[in-house]
Amino acid sequence: MATKTKAKPKKRKKVAGVRTAMNGNDSVAEAFRQIDPDVVAAYPITPQTELMHKFAGFVSNGEVTTKFVLVESEHSAMSCVIGASCGGCRCVTATSANGLALMWEMVYIAASLRCPIVMGVVNRALSGPINIHCDHSDSMGARDSGWIQLYSENCQEAYDNTIQAVRIAETPDVLLPVMVTLDGFILSHTTEVLEILPDEAVQEFIGEYAPDYYLLNPDHPITVGPLDLPDYYFEHKRQQVEAMEAAPAAITDVAADFEKLTGRGYGFIERYRLDDAKVAVVVLGSTAGTAKAVVDMLREEGKPVGMIKLRVFRPFPVEEILDALSGLDALAVFDRSASFGAMGGPVYLEILAALRGKELPVVNCIYGLGGRDIGPGLIRPVFEDLLAGKTDPRVRYVGVRE
Amino acid sequence: MKGWKEVPRGGMIIEKGSAEEYETGSWRTFRPRWHEDRCIQCLRCWIYCPDSAIMLKDGKVIGMDYVHCKGCGICAHECPAKEKAITMEEETDGQE
Repeated sequence: MATKTKAKPKKRKKVAGVRTAMNGNDSVAEAFRQIDPDVVAAYPITPQTELMHKFAGFVSNGEVTTKFVLVESEHSAMSCVIGASCGGCRCVTATSANGLALMWEMVYIAASLRCPIVMGVVNRALSGPINIHCDHSDSMGARDSGWIQLYSENCQEAYDNTIQAVRIAETPDVLLPVMVTLDGFILSHTTEVLEILPDEAVQEFIGEYAPDYYLLNPDHPITVGPLDLPDYYFEHKRQQVEAMEAAPAAITDVAADFEKLTGRGYGFIERYRLDDAKVAVVVLGSTAGTAKAVVDMLREEGKPVGMIKLRVFRPFPVEEILDALSGLDALAVFDRSASFGAMGGPVYLEILAALRGKELPVVNCIYGLGGRDIGPGLIRPVFEDLLAGKTDPRVRYVGVRE
Repeated sequence: MKGWKEVPRGGMIIEKGSAEEYETGSWRTFRPRWHEDRCIQCLRCWIYCPDSAIMLKDGKVIGMDYVHCKGCGICAHECPAKEKAITMEEETDGQE
């Protein structure tokens, strides 16, 4: 289908970007403009609305060649981009919370049909009572849907992750959809300074999308999505597991190439002042910025503290996490969502599973639900407790009124 | 049967015309009966049939492909002959 770029060169040089100010929604919309997808379908939902509002402006102004499909719901938005993706198109969309919930059926189908769709998820609490502010209950609920998940600390990362997501998704032995998350309002509506690549550098980086099988190929007709009964369904699920297992290599390769282009390096995790740390916290998303400030504060007081930021939650980077945790005496895992009836939040459970058989005490801090602010004053006592050896209770609710 | 490394990705069927190998005739509750004497050979049934189950020879209807006909009844509904040349009958009746 419609593709506009040349094959990517083997040698890559650093390209000068333009420093500008944008909020998170605008930074992802800008990445989408530079990606110039073949098909976009989206439905408005706070706090994502402005993202697609901005992108619709690019369509109206003729700044992209994208076919933008206005749909009546998120279920239709995801259905539309799945259909277009199966047709051979490069597709993106975006949503938040209840919108992601409404596309649920199709979210699984996108991954199952191996559609390399990129979706911006502007994290918002999944009601109720109705709330429009940030937590991770929307994307964490989708952790078993078969999508790769990249979490962004700031607007620069939201932009960079979006561009990298296209290549990760389209890697031939991966072919899985990718969610790029950014914290609702905290990033989506907050203006920050970031560096934007030249349009042609983005086009060259993402290259041409050349699917092997696609519906709009009259020379090789195929069927997509037929009934898959007990005789073959399990084999297709096993393939999906394998695709997810191929994702780490793709994420690493794309990040290495992106670093050559921009000078900005990305791993599965970011280690912050961790080398000689005795206690640390694990965080996702914008809270990493706040946690870094607390780490700096405590380091000035001579306390051996550090931070681990998870950028990739699916596939979960077990080896990198174990390596990062190896020298610690205690750890706190911050979860911006609850898993009702479970032993703790989803990130905590994942870390516990990675640490099975190891002695490290781990506490879980559930915080920030429905956009409840998380400031240094709430994070600092968590470090102090760890330093004092206080690891009970294991699950804490940080910032809730008793 | 093929293992997961051999089957096409994501359940795709990568060859054309594979529906011919899939016998859908057992799905029928009603079966269409073609009455040759009333048929005006307009071929509307052939145009409308979603399963390509109207059999033609030399451009004329010669009967129904009961291996693939699912019994939807569109052919009987669309038949414009004054006395319908295709009628639907309960599958338990008129076994041929």
